[in-house]
Amino acid sequence: MEVRVQNIRKEFGRFPALNDVSLDIRSGELIALLGPSGSGKTTLLRLIAGLESPTEGTVYFGNEDASRKTVQQRNIGFVFQHYALFRHMTVLDNVSFGLTIRPSGRRPAKADIRKRALELLDLVQLSGLEKRYPAQLSGGQRQRVALARAMAVEPNVLLLDEPFGALDAQVRKELRRWLREIHDRTGHTTVFVTHDQDEALELADRVVVMSKGQIEQIGTPDEIYDTPNSPFVFGFIGESNILPVRVENGQLWIGDRSIGVSAQGEADGPGQLYFRPHDIELLDSSDGCITGLVTVTRRVAGTRHVELDIDAAHSKVEIELPPEKVTSDHSRIAFRPTRWKLFRD
Amino acid sequence: MALGVTLSWLILIILIPLSGLAWRSSALGWGTFWTLATDQRTVNALRISFGTAFAAALINVVFGVILAWVLVRYRFPGKRIIDAMVDLPFALPTAVAGIALTTLYAPNGWIGSLLAPLGIKIAFTPIGIVFALVFVGLPFVVRTVQPIMEEIDKEVEEAAATLGANRFQTISRVLLPGLAPAVLTGFALAFARGVGEYGSVIFIAGNLPYISEIAPLLIVIRLEEFNYPAATAIAAVMLIISFAMLLIINMIQAWSRRRYGYGS
Amino acid sequence: MAHDVTTTGTGNTELVRVATSESRFARYGLIGTALCFVALFLVLPLAAVFTEAMRNGPGEFLTVLSDPETFAAIELTLLVAVIAVPLNLVFGIAAAWAIAKFEFKGKAFLTTLIDLPFSVSPVISGLVFVLLFGSHSLLGPWLQSHGIQILFAVPGIVLATVFVTFPFVARELIPLMQEQGTSDEEAALSLGASGWQTFWYVTLPNIKWGLLYGVLLCNARAMGEFGAVSVVSGHIRGLTNTMPLQVEILYNEYNFVAAFAVATLLALLALVTLVLKSLLEMKYSEQIAASRRH
Repeated sequence: MEVRVQNIRKEFGRFPALNDVSLDIRSGELIALLGPSGSGKTTLLRLIAGLESPTEGTVYFGNEDASRKTVQQRNIGFVFQHYALFRHMTVLDNVSFGLTIRPSGRRPAKADIRKRALELLDLVQLSGLEKRYPAQLSGGQRQRVALARAMAVEPNVLLLDEPFGALDAQVRKELRRWLREIHDRTGHTTVFVTHDQDEALELADRVVVMSKGQIEQIGTPDEIYDTPNSPFVFGFIGESNILPVRVENGQLWIGDRSIGVSAQGEADGPGQLYFRPHDIELLDSSDGCITGLVTVTRRVAGTRHVELDIDAAHSKVEIELPPEKVTSDHSRIAFRPTRWKLFRD
Repeated sequence: MALGVTLSWLILIILIPLSGLAWRSSALGWGTFWTLATDQRTVNALRISFGTAFAAALINVVFGVILAWVLVRYRFPGKRIIDAMVDLPFALPTAVAGIALTTLYAPNGWIGSLLAPLGIKIAFTPIGIVFALVFVGLPFVVRTVQPIMEEIDKEVEEAAATLGANRFQTISRVLLPGLAPAVLTGFALAFARGVGEYGSVIFIAGNLPYISEIAPLLIVIRLEEFNYPAATAIAAVMLIISFAMLLIINMIQAWSRRRYGYGS
Repeated sequence: MAHDVTTTGTGNTELVRVATSESRFARYGLIGTALCFVALFLVLPLAAVFTEAMRNGPGEFLTVLSDPETFAAIELTLLVAVIAVPLNLVFGIAAAWAIAKFEFKGKAFLTTLIDLPFSVSPVISGLVFVLLFGSHSLLGPWLQSHGIQILFAVPGIVLATVFVTFPFVARELIPLMQEQGTSDEEAALSLGASGWQTFWYVTLPNIKWGLLYGVLLCNARAMGEFGAVSVVSGHIRGLTNTMPLQVEILYNEYNFVAAFAVATLLALLALVTLVLKSLLEMKYSEQIAASRRH
């Protein structure tokens, strides 16, 4: 189901957690809410669920105003970071819970509930464990039970709050891929919260980057990574370098030297040049480039990371070079960013 | 050294006296023991002690859980004082509690006089015993359940709500079953305390043989008659039943821990 | 993790109730029920003690308290507490030390043994000493021939009190010491401290608040114990009557004002205990053992 969040504001006491947030989630989409802690991503998720009420603004499920519905009426599926399984119930009872508590008019027959729960356990690859209790499962297994439980009620939208946050790295990666598979098979509209950019970029159809209660950028993983539209997104996603530069006659300058990067249409004045460590080319000439003194080099897997002192700009940058390119400390290197973005103060 | 001191002290103060009881009751011989234990007055006293303790522990489970819930979940004026007051039965000497409760619930007492016209009699009946045992047992339930309630993960309640459970369903099907081991422990502690309670009961009970005479009082009476065998037999029966019940409860808890990964 | 309910705010907030709270109606109902229960079973009895004692004015209250028999009862109660509490303090520490810091066979049995007085009726606690020292017992004749009086005298009262209050200090300390482990002590020993120095400078400071807590509860029970003491005391007026026993005697003589006057003193002791206990819990909750059960 399509979910629309319109001009939502949320205050806790007098602390604004969300400030005028709007977001359209398409039916069947897998969306990641990505941001540092305190960015409001979990609050947004809980507002969609109905676990919190907005101070202002509206949440639509389809064309229906859901803001006036309680969490129980919204028919959503919510997966918590710490699973929140009912520990006195078996796995099967946990998954069946949402259906068994329905009023008798809407409640499926007992056999049907059992059949549905078993199907879901099969889907999350936990067949045969239905009689276990949560305490007898591993963290990854528990989270899969939690997902099956949330899907059992045929939710309008599936909401996951840091679903892999409590798991160790290996299990995280496994479950990530597996969640994508499940999503592709079931087609539930899904929103998940994460502070892990790899998770967001790898898993989501679209990523919503949030900071300080606002949405910074919405886009596909490629758009977010390749064309960040704010210094925050550039800095938050992936590695990045920042150099103070000057615009003069459509050219970028550091100190008294043009760096060979044209900025047509930009007004003269200072600015910040953002570029990724791997988006550079080495140059032989010392004209139209950035030069720096090598301070540290590190070999990381398939690349060589080189830290440079850019004296002219009084700052440091890190660039990535192919491993066969050996640089000695205190040698001078000239390079030029191939893909970059200029942000004006 | 600490171990040696501890052991000798334990042996001196606890083990020797208690084994004295065991030795004395076994010295009675099975026949005598059986005759003494099945004496009608003894049987009635035991029945009254265990019955009233059971009833009081049940009442304490209901109100103790409500009280713990209110203390953990809600904010209201005087909450701190109420929380501290819950321990009053631990701190107030039982004799004082006994005469105070009697003053309240006797037919001419503060509350008793209000109930007397309605034909309700509390003091000097088994109901009075139950009231006294509710008093002494209350903190056991509250203090056992309260910390477990404080640890309830809010996410679990929210999970139930997102699955469509209304508040009543969440509490009755998710929260209370999760508290069951703690409640059971509290019940057992309150019950065990109630069975043995003496000071707060004897004033309010009326102490009519066969009707409102508790087992500990009958022990005292037999002692005053210098009927040591009878006193020993009653004590032995009380201990055996109490230990058996505690054993069963411990087993239930061990089972619950194994199964659900938690217990209390 | 207490999450109190706050339903403030405007707009939709009032329409959509927080998912983890009850309706206002249910909340007030539960609070009301709990308060009524507390009033009926805790507050009113306490109020009754003070009111009944003051029934005939403070003058008579003071007169009955200055009665020599009552005075003797107060003295005896204090004497018993002064002997029993330090004994259990020392042995409580020793027992907790042995259980928390050493591994040995039969530890579970020892723990059970320490807890035993809690699960035994106070009357039975008294009875065991009657059976041990009474005239019919093995020891009885021997004690009699040597002129040693234990039963119906102060030693018997002290013994019964020690038995009943044995677990308080140890139970407070065992979880506390277990949690702290042995690394601090090992560090001190490795630095050359002697066993006593280690105990005095390392162990004791770590457990002092829990210890105080245990002593407080131990003392309250020692002064207030009724059943066990009643069985071994013999109720000799002015000699073997503790305050709780004096309350019983006065009450059974229908001398209600006097009974409640003595009871007032005991109730004050209870209140002071509760206040100190709350203060300790507030200030040193982390250092006082997690087990709030007694």
